[in-house]
Amino acid sequence: MNVLHRVGRWIGEHLVLAAGVLVLVYMFVPIAVVMLMSFNDNSKSRNVYAFRDFTWHNWANVCQPDGMCEAVLRSVVIGLSATLVATILGTLAAFALVRHRFLGRSSMNTIIFLPMASPEIVMGSSLLALFVSAGFGGRLGMVTIFIAHVMFCLSFVIVTVKARLAGLDGNLEEAAMDLYASESTTFWRVTFPLVFPGIAAAALLSFSLSFDDFIITNLNAGQTVTFPMYVWGVAQRGIPMQVNVIGTIMFLVALAIVVGNMLATRRKQPA
Amino acid sequence: MRRGRFTGYWLMLPAALWLGVFFVIPFYSLLATSLYDPEGSVLTGYDVTWHVANFADALREHADELWRSLWYAGVATVICAVLGYVLAYAIAFKAGRWRNVMLVLVIAPFFTSFLVRTLSWKLILADDGFVVDFLQTLHLMGEDDRLLATPVAVIAGLVYNFLPFMVLPLYASLEKIDVRLIEAAGDLYASPARGFWKVTLPLSMPGLVAGTLLTFIPSAGDYINAQLLGSTNQRMVGNVIQDLFTNTGDYATAGALSVTLMVIIVAMVVLYIRKAGTEELL
Repeated sequence: MNVLHRVGRWIGEHLVLAAGVLVLVYMFVPIAVVMLMSFNDNSKSRNVYAFRDFTWHNWANVCQPDGMCEAVLRSVVIGLSATLVATILGTLAAFALVRHRFLGRSSMNTIIFLPMASPEIVMGSSLLALFVSAGFGGRLGMVTIFIAHVMFCLSFVIVTVKARLAGLDGNLEEAAMDLYASESTTFWRVTFPLVFPGIAAAALLSFSLSFDDFIITNLNAGQTVTFPMYVWGVAQRGIPMQVNVIGTIMFLVALAIVVGNMLATRRKQPA
Repeated sequence: MRRGRFTGYWLMLPAALWLGVFFVIPFYSLLATSLYDPEGSVLTGYDVTWHVANFADALREHADELWRSLWYAGVATVICAVLGYVLAYAIAFKAGRWRNVMLVLVIAPFFTSFLVRTLSWKLILADDGFVVDFLQTLHLMGEDDRLLATPVAVIAGLVYNFLPFMVLPLYASLEKIDVRLIEAAGDLYASPARGFWKVTLPLSMPGLVAGTLLTFIPSAGDYINAQLLGSTNQRMVGNVIQDLFTNTGDYATAGALSVTLMVIIVAMVVLYIRKAGTEELL
């Protein structure tokens, strides 16, 4: 009886793990398909949905489809500038919220939470309504996209940096002050290096949010085409296989950054 | 530490201004838009005429899409909750030293474009794709049945796209649970199932509530899955709003629909949080 019970338990425990792994597989199938299709030679066939022959052609001629690389470049420029501004403003705000007391602090916390809890279509159309009523309806483009991206990245930056800042050991700063470090020395030599991983994570998050955004961007872009908008456009006609190359490159770069970061922190803190 | 009395305000100011001007004020613009005179156009300009009938018109014409959005988002959220719970539970309690690897794998799909991944689903569920072939071989699907352009495809896409938003808060909640509490339930002769229902599940409620909201809200507003994986019979409210704004230029109806969606979502969220809150007390 006891043995039977144990066997049942063993199966039970591993069943959950197996089911979890299956869910992970479900999450990875589409990515595997993207990677596979980046090597697909569909030049002889109209059907873009089937794998025909293996080829390096798509990788060697990434920029062949009209306007795709320009769109990628535009998304990178928007992503970098929105990330820079959102990270700076968001970090300042996180310091204000964790380290200072001021009027309206709790309502500020609510306002920061709201963009993360609003459907993108509502935020996007609200912003469009603002631009149109302010007379910018005909001048939608890079600037309006940038404004929108900083707006929705800000909340994520603030929340990420706040979490890091709140978990900080205040004793370290006090120790620096006790050792006669000035307030600014303490900040730059102790506080900032400790908060930096949070800021870096926030910047990465905001770049990927910006680079990938479609719904809000599409409403506020006018004639400007970002990479997601390019994909949306070609999805109606037939997707060039090079789109999958860009998808694969994005995936590998981001994975390399995350894994590299994990290894680096592990080396610093042997535990 | 010495601190200026106003330092907090100065640090907060730029972000507060940005969110104020480009997030809070736009809601008023949207509200104004929803009350435009529907006769206006991009060329002749719009007037706010308190034309409340926009809401009645929008609801009469697009009730189907609105209802469908809530319905699809609801089903997707329930499926996400089940799959997400299994995965989060496996990572938190069963993964051992693979925990970090599995966590990275959960967020990894975010690294590839949302649209590219959704198009990839289109390919997987295509009429001559392996999923359809397999199901047809098992006679679970007829020869002429398809997956694309059905609610199944759209909901599968929604589940796929928003699953990580369910897993991460659930994991955060499960990971905090003191395992000794679950062991204590076992010591007191509770069966594993009973221990789960009475101890683990209630303790993971905050994560489940957060995950549900983070999945339901973006699903209800999404139109990418409906557009790429569905047909005109699966149009959701997002498709309509996007279309009215960018193609038709019917700002009045689009604004009214957008406001309606927001109001419904806020109402549901408030109700849900109240309900979840009281359940926690019981």
